[in-house]
Amino acid sequence: MNRILQLLIVCLIGTTSLSAQTKISGRITDQKKQPIPGVNILVKDSYDGASTDANGNYSFTASDTGEVTLVATMIGFDAVEKKIRLNGTDVTYNPVLKEALNELKVVTISAGTIEASDEKKATVLKPLDIVTTASAQGDIVGAIKTLPGAQQVGESEGLFVRGGTGSETKTVIDGMVVNNPFYTGAPDIATRGRFSPFLFKGTIFSTGGYSAQYGQGISSVLALETSDLADRTSSTVAISSVGVGAGHNHLWKDKGMSAGFDVNYTNLLPYFQLVKQTPEYTRAPQFAGGSLNFRKKTSQSGIIKFYGYYNIGDMGLKTLSIDSINGFKNLFDLNNNNVYTNLTYKERLGEKYILNIGASYSTNIDKIKTWTDTIQSQSDLTQGRVVLSRGIGRLSIIRVGAEYQYSYDGFSIKGGNAFYHYERKLNVYDNYTAGFTEADIYLTTKLVWRAGVRAENSTLIKKMVVSPRTSIAYKLGEFSQVSLAYGQFYQKPDRDYLFYPQVPGYNKATHYILNMQRVDDFHTLRAEIYYKKYDNLTSTLVDTSNSGKGYAQGLDLFWRDKKTFKGVDYWISYTYLDTKRQWLNYPKEVTPPFAASHTATLVFKKFFNKLNLSTGATYSYATGRPYYNPNNPNFLSDRTIDFHTVGVNAAYLRQIGRCFAVLAVSVGNVIGNEQVYSYRYSYDGMRRSAVGPPAKRFFFIGLFLSFGQDRSKEVIDNNN
Amino acid sequence: MKKTILLSLIAVASLSVTAQNKKYIATMEKNVAELDTTRDAAKLQNLANNFERIAGAEKTEWLPAYYAAYCYVNMTYSTKGDAIDTYCDKADAYLKKADSISPNNSEIYALRSQIAGARISVNPMSRGQKYGTESAELREKSKELDKTNPRPYYLEGTALFYTPAMFGGGKDKAKPAFEKALKMYETFKPASSIAPNWGKRSTEYFLKECDKK
Repeated sequence: MNRILQLLIVCLIGTTSLSAQTKISGRITDQKKQPIPGVNILVKDSYDGASTDANGNYSFTASDTGEVTLVATMIGFDAVEKKIRLNGTDVTYNPVLKEALNELKVVTISAGTIEASDEKKATVLKPLDIVTTASAQGDIVGAIKTLPGAQQVGESEGLFVRGGTGSETKTVIDGMVVNNPFYTGAPDIATRGRFSPFLFKGTIFSTGGYSAQYGQGISSVLALETSDLADRTSSTVAISSVGVGAGHNHLWKDKGMSAGFDVNYTNLLPYFQLVKQTPEYTRAPQFAGGSLNFRKKTSQSGIIKFYGYYNIGDMGLKTLSIDSINGFKNLFDLNNNNVYTNLTYKERLGEKYILNIGASYSTNIDKIKTWTDTIQSQSDLTQGRVVLSRGIGRLSIIRVGAEYQYSYDGFSIKGGNAFYHYERKLNVYDNYTAGFTEADIYLTTKLVWRAGVRAENSTLIKKMVVSPRTSIAYKLGEFSQVSLAYGQFYQKPDRDYLFYPQVPGYNKATHYILNMQRVDDFHTLRAEIYYKKYDNLTSTLVDTSNSGKGYAQGLDLFWRDKKTFKGVDYWISYTYLDTKRQWLNYPKEVTPPFAASHTATLVFKKFFNKLNLSTGATYSYATGRPYYNPNNPNFLSDRTIDFHTVGVNAAYLRQIGRCFAVLAVSVGNVIGNEQVYSYRYSYDGMRRSAVGPPAKRFFFIGLFLSFGQDRSKEVIDNNN
Repeated sequence: MKKTILLSLIAVASLSVTAQNKKYIATMEKNVAELDTTRDAAKLQNLANNFERIAGAEKTEWLPAYYAAYCYVNMTYSTKGDAIDTYCDKADAYLKKADSISPNNSEIYALRSQIAGARISVNPMSRGQKYGTESAELREKSKELDKTNPRPYYLEGTALFYTPAMFGGGKDKAKPAFEKALKMYETFKPASSIAPNWGKRSTEYFLKECDKK
C-alpha cells in the first residue's frame, strides 16, 4: 500500500518539473579544428538540444537524468554519438566531426581513363557532350576523337590510340565484347559506329593502363554502359538527309519495367545526287535495321537488361584502278548482315556483394563481290561473363571474374576468269577463357592502390598468359590528383592471321603512365605522359611469326573551361606521339602510317538561351603521316600534308505541345581543306593516287521529334 | 482503494500524455511560425535541427520530419551545384520517414515534387527530362490525394514559370496555374494549427511577377 503511494508520488514528481536540469555545452569543430556552425547537438529521442552558432559553440539544458546518448549531426559530416550520465552537474562536450565520404573528396584512379557519365561527378565529359560535339555527327567514336590520345585517322574506322591500330582498341558494352562495333565499309572509307550514343549512360575511354577486367586490347578500351529503365514513355521520329527512323519506349506504371524498339532506314542515294562523291557508286549505301530493348527491376537493387540489334547493309562502288592506263575500274560490292545481342543481370547480394552476369551472341556476315572474286566472311561470337565484387570497409573493393568466349571465323573465296578457277574455304574456332581478380585498396581517402591480375587462354593459340596490372592514385588537394599506372596487355593477332596454318601468338604491350589532373566544377586540366612497349607483334617478313616489336611514347594534354566566356564551353586536346614499330612486312622499325607526331583539337560550344539554339565548332589538326612510296628506298619516310578540318553544327530546340523537336544541321570540313590520308601507288611505282575523304565536305540536316506521354517536358527548369 | 489508486495512476499518466502533447503542439507552433519569417540558410538549418529533434522524440508524428524536409528544400535555393543534391537527399530521407508514418499524404507528395524540381537545377540540360517527369508525376499524385490542397497547383505554377516559353512554359502559361492556386488558398483550411499552410504569399509574389512586362 505504502509502496503504491510512493510510486504515485514518484510519478507525479516525474511529470512535474522537479527533475534535475543539466547544462550541456561545448564547441564543435572539424578535423582541421575549424568550428562548424549549424550542427544539431541533442539528447537522443528528446526535445533537448541546440544548434551550434557561427563559432561552433552551443549550450542547452537537458531535463533527463541518468544515462543518455548525446548525438551531434550535420549535413556533410558523419554523426557522432556519446553516452553520458546526467545528474545535474554541468557537462562539457567538444566533439570533432569527420567529413562524410563524398565522391568528390575521394581519390579515384585516373591514369589512362577519360570518362563521360552523368552519375559520377568529376568526369571529363557528360554523355550529352557526345551528341553536341561538332565533327562527331552523333557518333561516339567521332566525339572520342576530340580527346587526347586518339589519332585523326580518316581512311579507316576505329580508334587509333597512342601508336596502336584500330583493332588494338576493344569495344565493350556492359562488359561484353563487341566484335564489329562499326559498319562494314568499302576500302579507304571510314564508317560510323553502329550504336547510338543515346543508348548509353556512361562511356569510359581508356587510353592505357586499364583494369584487369578488360582483355584482348593492347592499346585501348572503349567501355560503354547502357542506360537503365527508360525515364518515361515516349515515341520518337527522325527524318534526315540520309534516312528515316522511328521508335517507341514504354515505361510501365509501377516503374519496374520498360521496353522499347526502334527501326531505321538509311539511303544515301538522294544525298549522293546532291553532293558529288569521288568513288562511283553503282549502288548507294543503304542500311535497314532495328533494335529491341527490355529492362526489368528484379528487386530494389537488381536489374535485368536486354539489348538486341539487327542491321543489314548494302552498297556497290567502282574506283579507278591505279594499275590500269585505260581507265579500268575496280568493283567492290558489299552486303552485310549484323546481329548483336546482350543480356545482363546485376544484383546486390547481402550487404557486401554485387553480382554481375552477362551473356551475348553476335554475328557479322560480309558478302563481297569484285570483278573476279566472291568472298564471304563471317564472325560469330558467343560469350558469358560473371563478376563478383565485394566491398571492404567504406571504400575498398575486390572483384573476381571469369569470361568465356566461343568464336567462329569463316572465310571463303571463289573466283577466277575464263582460264582458271579457284575456291577456298577456311574455318577457325577458338575457345577463349579468362579469369581476373582485382582489388582497389583505399589506404586513406586520399590514396588508393589498385592491384590486379588477368589470366587468359586461347585454344587456338594454345597458350595461357598472365598479365599483372597495377595503379596508384594520390589526391593532392581538393581538386587535383596524381596517378601512376602499369600493366601488361595481350591480344590475339588480327583476324586475318588466324587463318594461317601456323597461327602467330599473342601480341603484347606494356604500359607505363603518369597522370596529373585537376577537375573543378567548371574546369578540367589533365596531363599525361606515357611509355608503351610492344613485343611479339605479328610479323610476316620471313614467315608468320611474333618477331615484331615497337614502342610509343608521348604526352597528352586536355583543357576544358566552361566558365571564362559566358555561355561558352570549350576544350583543347593536344597529343604528342613518338612511335615506331616493326611488324607485318616492315623491314625495320619505323613510324607506322596511322601515327601523326602532333595532333590537336579545339571543340567549342555555345548555347543561346533566348534563341534555344545550341551551336558548336570543332577544329582538328594533325601533322602529316607516313605513307609508303615504292620509289623511296627509305621505307615509310614520306609524309602526307598536314591535316586540317573544321566542323560546325547547330541545333534548334523547340517544344510544340507535347512534341519536343530538335532541328540539327552540321557541316564537316566546312572550309574545304584538302585532305590526304595516304597515297596508293601503281604496281610499277609510276603513278599514284591520293587516299582522301569520298567528298570534300559533308552536310547533314535532320529533324528529331519526341512525343512524351506525360507532361515532363513542361518542366525544363532553368531557375539557377 | 486499489481501484482508486489505479485510476489515479491512469489519470496521472494521461495527464502526462496531454502535457506531452501540449509541449509538442507548442514547440511545433513556435517553430512553424518562425519558418514563415526566414529564407536565410543558417536560420533554416537551425529550424531544421529543431524539427529533427522533435521528430526524434515524437516518433509517431509525421509533421516534424515533414518540416525538417521543408527546411532542407528551401536551403537548396541559396546554394549551387552538388550541395543541392546533398540537401535534397536529406529532405527525401525525412519524407520517406514521414511517409511511413502517414502514407498517401497529399502534402508529402507535394513536397517530394518540389524536391525533384530542385534537383533539376543542378544540371538542367541533362536532368530536365528525368526529374521533370518525376516532379510532374508526384504533383499529379498530390492533387489526386487531396483535391483541396493548393500546394501542387502552386508548384505547377513555379515549374511553368521557370520553363522557357519555347519549351511550353513561360509567364503567361504560369499565370492561370497561380490564379487557380490562389483561389484554392482562399478556401483552404489547414487541418490544425501546425499542419502545412505555406505557399500563399509566394503565389501572390509570382502572380505579380507574371504581370511584369
